[in-house]
Amino acid sequence: MFKSGYDGSKESCSFKDVFSDTMKQLLAEDEQVVYLDADLMNSFGTGMLPEIYPDRAIDCGIQEANMIGIAAGMSTEGRKPYCHTFGVFASRRCFDQVFLSVGYAKNSVRIIGSDPGICAMYNGGTHMPFEDVGLYRTIPGAAIFEPCDTVQFKAILRGTKERPGVTYIRSQRRLARKVYDIFEYQCGKANVLTEGGDVAIFAIGFMVAEALEAQKQLFQEGIHASVIDLVSVKPLDEDTVAAYAKKCNAVVTCENSNIRGGVFGAVAECLAVRNPVPVESVGISDEFGEVGTFEYLQERYGLTAEQIVRQVKKVMARKRPV
Amino acid sequence: MDENLKKEIIDFAREMRITELNMFAEFGSGHIGGALSMTDLLAVLYQSVMKYDSKNPEWKERDRLVVSKGHGGPAVYAALALKGFFPVEMLGTLNRGGTNLPSHCDRNRTPGIDMTTGSLGQGASAAAGIAETLKATGQQVYLILGDGECQEGQVWEMALYAAHRKLHNLTAFVDRNRKQLDGYVEEIMPLGDLEAKFTAFGWNVITVDGHDVEALYQAIAEIKMEKQRPSAVIMNTIKGKGAAFVENEKYNHHLAVSKEQAQEAINQLIAEVEHV
Repeated sequence: MFKSGYDGSKESCSFKDVFSDTMKQLLAEDEQVVYLDADLMNSFGTGMLPEIYPDRAIDCGIQEANMIGIAAGMSTEGRKPYCHTFGVFASRRCFDQVFLSVGYAKNSVRIIGSDPGICAMYNGGTHMPFEDVGLYRTIPGAAIFEPCDTVQFKAILRGTKERPGVTYIRSQRRLARKVYDIFEYQCGKANVLTEGGDVAIFAIGFMVAEALEAQKQLFQEGIHASVIDLVSVKPLDEDTVAAYAKKCNAVVTCENSNIRGGVFGAVAECLAVRNPVPVESVGISDEFGEVGTFEYLQERYGLTAEQIVRQVKKVMARKRPV
Repeated sequence: MDENLKKEIIDFAREMRITELNMFAEFGSGHIGGALSMTDLLAVLYQSVMKYDSKNPEWKERDRLVVSKGHGGPAVYAALALKGFFPVEMLGTLNRGGTNLPSHCDRNRTPGIDMTTGSLGQGASAAAGIAETLKATGQQVYLILGDGECQEGQVWEMALYAAHRKLHNLTAFVDRNRKQLDGYVEEIMPLGDLEAKFTAFGWNVITVDGHDVEALYQAIAEIKMEKQRPSAVIMNTIKGKGAAFVENEKYNHHLAVSKEQAQEAINQLIAEVEHV
């Protein structure tokens, strides 16, 4: 269940505020919850938690591989670990540990990778995860979420507490635009935010708001777009993807990650089998990151409403005669 | 140490070695060197030290064992089968399709295995995570590391963590057999003074002859008195211990094992008892 509340305005609280509040609540509500971090608590507003919960909120220092292994060991004993570090370190740096000690060993750990894609801004290319989605997609049973606003973020943090296996949550830290008034967690369920028959736009993360902006511009030009928030790249809501591809016969994917292995990859794989239609993408086209302001990086990599509009027109020109 | 208990452990270690040799010979090959070098430790743990219930492997109050050198699986399987965790006949399925006894330890397949291992270094962190969870209970967490494995950075990340978090219920046994797949540890990537390294990381360190069951038993008893630091037991061992055809091979990490070779080694183990 959800209720859209998009009007282009920013939210009143940041992802960082919501993360610290929600972790605090989860630790208070469930004594099996543990929170591990790799020296980035103060970046994500949780620096006060080890004092309150010395045995369950643990700063592991700068050792991501060990942190994931510790979490895996705790999971074998029934604990419910949440681990946080920047997305680059939460994926590349500890991929083998996530894959084997958590995934293959059938343990259950939630991993929050902050600053996904261009959100790493001033930290630059070394800190800019574009490939994390592709990496996590190859872990059997893993789920990959990318909340578009804090209402969704909070619901996903709480909703995945009992989820078995590897759960990866790409999280911004900044103020986002509000998308939802109400969002209830349901794993693998995409949300149709606008209905239109000309093109289906599948988006995730902050690209959902960009897609909704694009939808408004397209509407003025007489093009009716369905905008769908995928919520999770994996599990992908294949029924909704296939249904809207069939309805519109043209698809654009929008993501803040490498389209190779990312949302474009996931949607194209699904549609190749279920309902082949022309697909265009907005996302990182197999490039490394670089430093800059958010706005600069949005333009640099084409993660904008304007680029979505261009790709919609391109894909509509490719539509096959019905 | 009680002489009867010591004899029981020595007898169990011999029975384990015979079981391992038969298991490897049945399949035709395996990680035999490192299995035989840690067998005396496993005999001490399963015969006299660890709390467990073979009929209820998931018993919450048991002690835990993480074999981070996951290729040591077959040695653990011998102990588990002989102690009744599963039928001894199952040992014949080692590494065959659909088996519950894969070459590397798997907690989801084998009753009595507490953690899945195989990518070196990872079991170390998992053991520390388990020790963190059980710190207040008095339950012990035993970890077996290979000495070659100590070349992995993750082992030393864990070493920092365990000392800082005062995981006194964690004991890491280092199977110091001085060999790795490509040859001698000393030639490939020397570990230097392993005792000094663990000591510098804030651990309680004891060095023993890893084939002297009394020394192992006493080291473990001493460690149980430690209430602050995690402990490391550096076990000087021989890779392939107890089977001449393995001991005499330089590259004995993974070997083809014929039934004749195994039988000859088994005959030798039995002859040693008769001699005594």
